[in-house]
Amino acid sequence: MSPFLKRILVAVLIVVALWAVNAALSDEGLFGFGVDAYSGRIVVLAGINIILAVSLNLINGFTGQFSIGHAGFMAIGGYVSAYLTVYHAQAWERALSGSIGETAASIIVFLLALIVGGLAAAIAGLLVGIPSLRLRGDYLAIVTLGFAEIIRIIILNIDTVGGATGFTVPGNVNFLWVGAFAVITILVVRNIVKSDVGRALVSIREDELASEAMGINTTRYKVLSFVISSMFAGLAGVLFAHYNRFLSTADFTFLRSFEIIIMIVLGGMGSITGAVLGAILITILPEGLRRLPEVGGYNLADLRLVIYAALLIIIMLTRPQGILGHHEFGLNWLRRPQKQPEGDKTVGDDRGVPIAQQTETERLAGESVKEEVKNR
Amino acid sequence: MSGAPEPSAVSATKEDGILTEAARTARSHGAKEDDSGALLRTDQATIRFGGLIAVNELSMAVREGEIFGLIGPNGAGKTTIFNLLTGVYQPTTGEIYFQGQRIDGLRSYEISRRGVSRTFQNIRLFPGMNVLENVLTACHTHTKQSLADAVLRTPRFVRDEKEQREYCMELLSIFNLDRFKDEGGTSLPYGNQRRLEIVRALATRPKLLLLDEPAAGMNPSEQDDLLNLIRQIRDRFGLTILLVEHNMKVVMGVCERIQVVDYGKSIALGLPEEIRNDPKVIEAYLGD
Repeated sequence: MSPFLKRILVAVLIVVALWAVNAALSDEGLFGFGVDAYSGRIVVLAGINIILAVSLNLINGFTGQFSIGHAGFMAIGGYVSAYLTVYHAQAWERALSGSIGETAASIIVFLLALIVGGLAAAIAGLLVGIPSLRLRGDYLAIVTLGFAEIIRIIILNIDTVGGATGFTVPGNVNFLWVGAFAVITILVVRNIVKSDVGRALVSIREDELASEAMGINTTRYKVLSFVISSMFAGLAGVLFAHYNRFLSTADFTFLRSFEIIIMIVLGGMGSITGAVLGAILITILPEGLRRLPEVGGYNLADLRLVIYAALLIIIMLTRPQGILGHHEFGLNWLRRPQKQPEGDKTVGDDRGVPIAQQTETERLAGESVKEEVKNR
Repeated sequence: MSGAPEPSAVSATKEDGILTEAARTARSHGAKEDDSGALLRTDQATIRFGGLIAVNELSMAVREGEIFGLIGPNGAGKTTIFNLLTGVYQPTTGEIYFQGQRIDGLRSYEISRRGVSRTFQNIRLFPGMNVLENVLTACHTHTKQSLADAVLRTPRFVRDEKEQREYCMELLSIFNLDRFKDEGGTSLPYGNQRRLEIVRALATRPKLLLLDEPAAGMNPSEQDDLLNLIRQIRDRFGLTILLVEHNMKVVMGVCERIQVVDYGKSIALGLPEEIRNDPKVIEAYLGD
């Protein structure tokens, strides 16, 4: 199959899948199959969390810079777009609907809100990134954490967007919007990672000094990944605002940032599919545990927070690198065995002598050199 | 591959004759005159870390096409000099020129883009990448794809990616590393890791290659291979090579000119046999 046809096919499959899930979540259901509003909400929130986790993974997982301010960028996107839709959207929609109809007008206005929200978060990312990405490790973490809190406190004190009482937002975001943007986020991040830019980002994570020596402007690429990551967080904020129809600064505390970090650490830093898996697990797990049965007079559901914490600890103890680690889950996993078939490829030493043909002394000599190197 | 002309044997010997002359004057005057046209030149470069002067008024000049050795006992400041040349450190005083332009004060990546590439004393491959990706990363400044090309997977992206891959595979095959392309770079045997690091440095298409103790951790037979390899690289890619080395056999075997540093100061400059018999060098290495 030609790559072009394959792309079309994948696109059609994705659209059909999104539409089917959206229909199943709607009031009517899909062919009589549907879920209750509570479960539907969890699915949509999982979609928003996928956008957040996959985008944070670009900076934390692939570029190796530890940011814990993702909720701050999400808040910027949410509040900026909500300000637009609350104060200006009606007038714009009225102006547009005369020529293109009401539905099209509202879609266009919401797309505009998405663009503005994403851009605002991206600009904030640029402003925070330029000075703070000179810092490393813990210091960067603290700066981003502080930044997110500053954003939250500023918003808390702006009365036009509700201040402490919260901000009621119009909107009719459904799963179709969220799912489409989750897919877009995954595709964009994947395409970036599997490109020259992606290799530059990963090289910064692996060895910044060597990366610079290869001609890579590490500061520029750190800022770039930070800006892209912030933009998607902003988009997630826009979708959340118009799905939830109510914004409160309590939704954007550092706990939210940590939740997103837990998603990528759990799923596997540096794995897109891992981030998706982590986002879904972390969204569903606390809710799913509410349905635990009663055992021997004890209601396990009452212990859900304890069980949730214990599960996280167990997963991290058994898979410290995350469920998927650096690996990606894909069709290749199903198609071919994990290990390379032996025989056709002989691994040799650097003189080209296959290890299998080396004498014992040679092998031991090689080992001792390796040991020596390791102990350096 | 790069097509710079091979330096012919005849001109090399002729130059050597002049070099000896220059080297003699250099030893008494600090290696400054008639080196203004050198590919890489430092002028009284000094770096201080607090009270410690790691490199003290070092003047050196590496000429186009030569294999130049920088040697000295442990802690003499050799790697610090490398870090000065590649922008990891900035000199406290003094100047560094590459192709006649000042490069001190530039950042590492800018120096790399001008054509200075390096390997590291303690191999610094990218552990999370396979062999091919390690080399592809070094093609960064020569790619024609933009971020938008990558996101939208444009034909230009596909073409560029294919070209870079082919280039890297060609480079890898010269070093017999092409069959390891999908293996983790750091899971290769030690000697191959050193070679891969050289391939990665070459993928930036440098004019000057800096090798930081390339023979470290190698056994005698691997060292012999390395000597041939270094010469081959110079001839095949038309490069200039600056070598920091500890191992006398390697230095004497491959370098055309050698400068000796001790306590951050240049103590001798000349041809290998001159260096071998220089009382100052013997004293620095063996003590009084």
